[in-house]
Amino acid sequence: MSEIFTKSRARNVFYGGSIFFVAVFVALTAQSHLHITRTATAGMPLTDEVRLGKHVWERNSCINCHTLHGEGAYFAPEVGNVMTRWGVMDDPEGAYEMLDAWMAAQPSGIEGRRQMPHFEITEEEMRALSEFLRWADQTDTQNWPPNDAG
Amino acid sequence: MKYQSQRVAYWYFLAAMTLFGIQVLGGLLAGWVYVSPNFLAEILPFNVIRMIHTNSLIVWLLLGFFGAAYYLVPEEAEREVFSVKLAYLQLIILLVGTLGAVGSYLVGIHGGREFLEQPLWVKFGILVAAVIFLVNISLTVLAGRKTAITNILLMGLWLLCLLWVFAFINPDNLSLDKMYWWMVVHLWVEATWELVMAAILGYLMLKLTGVDREVVEKWLYVIVATALFSGILGTGHHFYWIGTPGYWQWIGSIFSTFEVIPFFAMMSFAFVMVWKGRKNHPNKAALLWSLGASTVAFFGAGVWGFLHTLHGVNFYTHGTQITAAHGHLAFYGAYVALNLAMFSYAMPVLRERAPYNQVLNMASFWLMTGGMAFMTFVLTFAGTIQTHMQRIVGEYYMVVQDQLGLFYLMRFGAGAAVVLGALLFIYSQFVVRREVVKPGPVAVPGE
Repeated sequence: MSEIFTKSRARNVFYGGSIFFVAVFVALTAQSHLHITRTATAGMPLTDEVRLGKHVWERNSCINCHTLHGEGAYFAPEVGNVMTRWGVMDDPEGAYEMLDAWMAAQPSGIEGRRQMPHFEITEEEMRALSEFLRWADQTDTQNWPPNDAG
Repeated sequence: MKYQSQRVAYWYFLAAMTLFGIQVLGGLLAGWVYVSPNFLAEILPFNVIRMIHTNSLIVWLLLGFFGAAYYLVPEEAEREVFSVKLAYLQLIILLVGTLGAVGSYLVGIHGGREFLEQPLWVKFGILVAAVIFLVNISLTVLAGRKTAITNILLMGLWLLCLLWVFAFINPDNLSLDKMYWWMVVHLWVEATWELVMAAILGYLMLKLTGVDREVVEKWLYVIVATALFSGILGTGHHFYWIGTPGYWQWIGSIFSTFEVIPFFAMMSFAFVMVWKGRKNHPNKAALLWSLGASTVAFFGAGVWGFLHTLHGVNFYTHGTQITAAHGHLAFYGAYVALNLAMFSYAMPVLRERAPYNQVLNMASFWLMTGGMAFMTFVLTFAGTIQTHMQRIVGEYYMVVQDQLGLFYLMRFGAGAAVVLGALLFIYSQFVVRREVVKPGPVAVPGE
């Protein structure tokens, strides 16, 4: 065994195999990139408003409390399907009003309940954030989450 | 200390342990906010605490890796580090960047991609520091003896630095953003960092057990081969629900199941080497941490990873406290404990003194490991209840969270044990100057 499987053979298997798996991974990643842009997120145009909304999402580090498509912190509710949960997925104006009212009510100050901070967000930015969350919600996520609770 | 330039490692380890202290205190604070949600809510919100907790973890682990490289490469290459000045410059850049990042988080300036929240100038600083490091360490290795340990260590460090480029790529399309984000996050911890881990573990086994280099190095190539063969396509287990194609569910499930193998191999490797080794090395604390790291990594990364990696399971558990349980034990076992093993081995040599304060150090191992195991168990229970109530029954998130208070209280207690252990570890490395319990005679002294 040790004569056949020498250190240099082990090394060559490592290098050769790794190159093979990297090549397969790069090819699948390229295909996935096309799938995302052409199919999975094609239900709604990626407008400047959605882009601004993503920027607002990032600037306030929402990901470090909430999850978005299941990724993030686990301290606050999933928001990848929040527009569906609120029943405003097909109603941009209703979505904005709902989000704006929710954010305006924070922090709730209720004792013993997790507090969402107050964020300085203009009306334009709030509309953009709402559109960003609707855009995220329309993504084909292979039917995840299992129900509206997220 | 055979080579003067190894001393650079001392300052890296010192910086790493300082950040380690900040990291666990941040974690304790976050754990307390789960128990008492109004605490500091207006001054220091949870998202900022969490950024400090995760970012300081990542930076101190990297500082530990860089320090380990500066410590072990001169011995492996049998020559001094190419430039000690560059090594210090790299450390200063990293520390300025870290302090800058923490400072800007506290005043609310940060990015919004999880773990990559550093302001752009800090990201560039990290890039510059990484380039300096790669140049410095590569020139050292190229001019000296080449071993499998340095080969694998360098390959891991080169690839992890190259992958940092994805930290700068943030597409407007959220699904693309997520896909490329994983090129840093997954391919660091489940591929390139495993190479670094295997190399450091191999070095420690070589020093602590005295097994033939030829045997150690063959094991190493087998371990890192299984790590990359499984870990690269194993990225697929993050591509189930983010807008990526459905075939990832099968690729991810199959290859991430294989991700258990390198961790099992590292654990077997450590125990077999100790079993075969003829050397009775006096640094028992370093040996305990080495065996502990490989064992807890197998459970945290391997077993707890497998627990929720199959797509049929992950459909229900994704983004629950199950993920938090896995994340904590995996990071602790694979990377925290391994770094502490390296510190335990190198610090007495760097400080040029025999007493290792091993009793306190070993006590800190059990405090931290016990605390982390308990935390993992209670979060797993919390996650199981959450999965059932939220994902099966369909109760709303906050309704479910209100049912988990007892688990979060127990998690805080477990976290307090970990913090005590961490502070005891740091204390044993820097303060105590004599052994608490007198060791028995050593039969065959090691090096």
